[in-house]
Amino acid sequence: MLLILYGFEYKWGDCRVKDGNAIELRNISKRFGKVVANDHINLSVRYGEILAILGENGSGKTTLMNMISGIYFPDEGQIFVHGEEVTIRSPKDAFPLGIGMIHQHFKLVDVLTAAENIVLGLPGPMRLDIDAVSARIRELAAKYGFDIDPNKKIYEMSVSQKQTVEIMKMLYRGANILILDEPTAVLTPQETEALFAVLRNMRDAGNAIIIITHKLNEVLELSDRVAVLRKGKYVGSVQTAEATVESLTEMMVGSKVTLDIDRLEPIDEPQVRLVMKDVTCVDPEGIITLNHASFTAYGGEILGIAGVAGSGQKELLESIAGLTPKESGEIEYYPPNQPMQVISKFSAVEISRLGIKLSFVPEDRLGMGLVGAMDMTDNMMIRSYRKGGFFWADRRAPKTLAEHIIGALEIVTPGVSTPVGKLSGGNVQKVLVGREIASAPTVLMVAYPVRGLDINSAYTIYSLLNVQKMRGVAVLYVGEDLDVLLALCDRILVLCGGRVTGIVDARTATKEQIGLMMTSSGKEGER
Amino acid sequence: MSNNNHGVREPLFHISRRQDYSLWLAVFVRLAAILLALVVCGVVIVALTGLNPMEVYAGIIDGAVGSSRRLWVTIRDTLALLLVAVAITPAFKMRFWNIGGEGQVLIGATATAAVMIYLGNKVSAPVLFTLMIGASLLAGMVWGVIPALFKAGWNTNETLFTLMMNYVATQIVSFCIVFWENPVGSNSVGIINASTNAGWLPPLFGLTYGWNLVIVLAITVFIYVYLRYSKQGYEIAYVGQSVNTARYAGINVKTVIIRTMAISGALCGLAGFILVSGAGHTISTTLAGGRGFTAIVVAWLSKLNTFTMMIVSFLLTFMAKGAIQIASQFSLNENASEIITGIILFFVLGCEFFINYKVEFRHRHREG
Amino acid sequence: MAVIITFLQNAIRQGICILFGANGEILTEKSGNLNLGVPGMMYMGGIAGLAAAFMYERSTQTPNPVVGFLLVLVAALLAGGLGGLIYSVLTISLRANQNVSGLALTTFGVGVGNFFGGSLSKLAGGVGQISTAVTANAFRAKLPLLPKIPVVGDVLFGYGLLTYLSIAVSIVLSWFLNCSRQGLCLRAVGENPATADAAGINVSLYKYLASVIGGAICGLGGLYFVMEYSGGTWTNNGFGDRGWLAVALVIFARWRPLNAIWGSLLFGALYILYLYIPGLGRSTQEIFKMLPYVVTIIVLILISLRKKKEDQPPESLGLHYFREDR
Repeated sequence: MLLILYGFEYKWGDCRVKDGNAIELRNISKRFGKVVANDHINLSVRYGEILAILGENGSGKTTLMNMISGIYFPDEGQIFVHGEEVTIRSPKDAFPLGIGMIHQHFKLVDVLTAAENIVLGLPGPMRLDIDAVSARIRELAAKYGFDIDPNKKIYEMSVSQKQTVEIMKMLYRGANILILDEPTAVLTPQETEALFAVLRNMRDAGNAIIIITHKLNEVLELSDRVAVLRKGKYVGSVQTAEATVESLTEMMVGSKVTLDIDRLEPIDEPQVRLVMKDVTCVDPEGIITLNHASFTAYGGEILGIAGVAGSGQKELLESIAGLTPKESGEIEYYPPNQPMQVISKFSAVEISRLGIKLSFVPEDRLGMGLVGAMDMTDNMMIRSYRKGGFFWADRRAPKTLAEHIIGALEIVTPGVSTPVGKLSGGNVQKVLVGREIASAPTVLMVAYPVRGLDINSAYTIYSLLNVQKMRGVAVLYVGEDLDVLLALCDRILVLCGGRVTGIVDARTATKEQIGLMMTSSGKEGER
Repeated sequence: MSNNNHGVREPLFHISRRQDYSLWLAVFVRLAAILLALVVCGVVIVALTGLNPMEVYAGIIDGAVGSSRRLWVTIRDTLALLLVAVAITPAFKMRFWNIGGEGQVLIGATATAAVMIYLGNKVSAPVLFTLMIGASLLAGMVWGVIPALFKAGWNTNETLFTLMMNYVATQIVSFCIVFWENPVGSNSVGIINASTNAGWLPPLFGLTYGWNLVIVLAITVFIYVYLRYSKQGYEIAYVGQSVNTARYAGINVKTVIIRTMAISGALCGLAGFILVSGAGHTISTTLAGGRGFTAIVVAWLSKLNTFTMMIVSFLLTFMAKGAIQIASQFSLNENASEIITGIILFFVLGCEFFINYKVEFRHRHREG
Repeated sequence: MAVIITFLQNAIRQGICILFGANGEILTEKSGNLNLGVPGMMYMGGIAGLAAAFMYERSTQTPNPVVGFLLVLVAALLAGGLGGLIYSVLTISLRANQNVSGLALTTFGVGVGNFFGGSLSKLAGGVGQISTAVTANAFRAKLPLLPKIPVVGDVLFGYGLLTYLSIAVSIVLSWFLNCSRQGLCLRAVGENPATADAAGINVSLYKYLASVIGGAICGLGGLYFVMEYSGGTWTNNGFGDRGWLAVALVIFARWRPLNAIWGSLLFGALYILYLYIPGLGRSTQEIFKMLPYVVTIIVLILISLRKKKEDQPPESLGLHYFREDR
């Protein structure tokens, strides 16, 4: 039977100020399939210290921390907590060691109050004395300087209040080693300040704090020490007092890597294809995701879009595609040899009905761009099923197209009738890109098209994009690898916190320059 | 995730989704489940009645297909169940839980009966049938669209909404019976137009249920084609698979929800027409007889394939008809069929797990 | 006055079995399981109770009402719980679809009820001949003295023990859900099983227990109908649509057991209102019987329009939960 009642014992580490290393990692490695996420990493954090772990997206920061909090189990290496070697198999093993991790996606029950969420799952007498819990929460809040209302429901809370509940949940359970994954990503500057104050109080009380981030100014402001990861490897660590924005940027992005990606010179005079004017988007929670963004995209060029994750890339593309509602601003579309159309007022339904030649390879391939349970022909039809008469959907042309794409892009699949969800990541992406290119677009938008792909598949995608560029298509390329962006694109637009912080010529720009614009010290955090 | 195991309790087995789908495995598991269910039913029968289960099963077969008349009654009821199952399929393909088939059938039947009663002897047969069919389609459609409107507009829970609509329909039937009862005071409608047979589906090719057969099979084929080969069928599939993809493809999700439920409801209404005009020639609150619910099971077990539904609905009707026979033959109670059907359903529902998942025991599988 | 008192009493009698069903279903749904097998479980509970009473009274010359009462109560609880267990095995362990499994359970349970009900009648010598007088009287026995209080006495205290048990179940359930540690865990499981899992709660265990105990409570609803309302007899399908009314009441009460108490009274009243309004034709009576369902639909629409979080169904209602990758 599946009924196994886990005996639950919490042996919380006591909260006294301790000396020495709270956590020490030795030679930790983790692989996912062929991808090495963490490669022999050594790292330590002391009690009474705030350690910042700095690195670009995909550098392995979160994976590493997930191994400390029990989400993943390392393939190799040892973990020491307070000098003793430990095995952390699940979050349940991490709690008693005093380790608490606050993830980017909060694990809270919306309809419950803060106090209920905090006490959830803890042992004790059947009658739940919620007032006593609230009192204890207030006591902890006073100690560290939190602002929290234990009786407020989670769904009534702002993001920063929810984060406070998550931190309090860990403290209430007696955690003295706290890991925060990108805690400021969702906060306003004022909220960030308040959080930092609390974290400093917690450090002064003798807790060990690890904060994962890619924002240099925050690292410099908050941390005592910085450890830098790059592409799964440990680069080194420095005392924050001795670090500067420039030195950290260099450690983070590394020296320029020469990639063998062709950048073809545009042939004709570039034609304007798409103009975004002052577009602002606000998400349902009221956070500004795209802040007065403006740019122009030309046919025959690849416009790269750089930025740390969640800087508004998704909203920028989806607002063009008519999938994200816009608060204000205008988007103009200039088809070849036809009059300009203002498409900002159209939804995706109208854009596809009007035959606007806009192709979009979304980040979420199998959740949005394709249907995993359907075969290639049916997935081709997502774009083409409307063609033809009133009743019948034309399956012949899409089937031919599917067969053509299999041949042209060398897709490895048992056949057109295999569900695309069963294909490998690279092949899934080829199916998607192949379909989007097939409709001969005027504007082609691609989001993280090579994520999770092996080198060969990635190069196939680059050359496909280059072919489109030479056909006069305006290509918008959202990417995370700066080396690739610099080698492939003609111009690079940099986003930070929903703002366009600049557009640079990819032939002359440097990684440091873009890295600084991405983290945008000084202008950071305006929302 | 198990390098060293000391002190940590691990689950006894590890469950993972099967990556490869094998048709043979699926057929084998399902057959095994049905067989096992029949064995369990046999044990239950012996335990309860002391009868030889083989005799009981023989009685079931005799009752369902033992004579030409019994066979045709079985076919007639299979067709009715099949039509309801086919009718709710578009909604289920869209992942819209239409539990309201029962009510949509009833309301379609009521509309049919109303036309038969009030116009039966006043208009010519072609006009009468057109009106009856039109009324049943329209009534079922209205009953299906109401919950769909609220689902599309405000995401109102459709499972509970359609469920409630069933009983509103039941009461409407009760309401109508008061006006239509014949003879007065019987609280039942009796056979409508018993003397003139107006509005009764006539025999076709010499078969009493010829029209039923033609209409139901035509709709079965149509829905199969509609879902697989039509544009709207694709829209339904995309909405059902992923609302996100549907939006990305530029599909108006709300329109699709409402349109699909209109079709689904209308066809359920048509099933009401078949039940009144083509079978019972009367109306009562129990006319739908739970078909709206059984049809959900049929559609689900058939994986929404309308042709598989023919087999499944025949099997279920077969059991029900057979049980009536054994009830009289062995002085059992005819509700035995529901118990047997229930047990078979439990096994068939449960066996899907072994088709979709792999269960690995700990000693065979040490790496997480 | 006398009419109003009879009306209230009859409304309560109609409402109690719905109240049991609703309480069982609230407990089940709070764990995220939408069990549409309520009618089936009620039938199972009812027939098991009746069969137990029948067997007991046949087996002894001098049946003892207390022993009979307890035997019957346990039988009904076990049978209802068995229904919940079948549902749980199918939906939790075998991950079968909740709606379809629930409907299959209804088919099964109704069949079991009518089959054994019919068989018992036959054993007893004909429809309506089942004699379980002693036990039935035990269920119908009123409290001593209290009903004699003038005016309110009979309205408040003129019922059998099960009536008070149903109110007690509502109150205990309400306390459990809102004030106990385990109730908090159960709500978390129904709302967000992944979060509950991360907090160290055994999601499957909670779902199993809630569904089985919920089924047992539903079984009591059937028992009430058979023993107290019908006085220990069985009519096939005599139970009517009370099982579905119980599901409706869950929505109407917005998943709160205390609301279900007065909701059941209202449903019971609406159910029989037509008998007490003078001058109603038979047709209008049928329209009146529609009211509980129409009211439920309106409530359902209103809660989706208002989008008030506390009034929504548990967020994971109808969904499976399993940690695929762990």
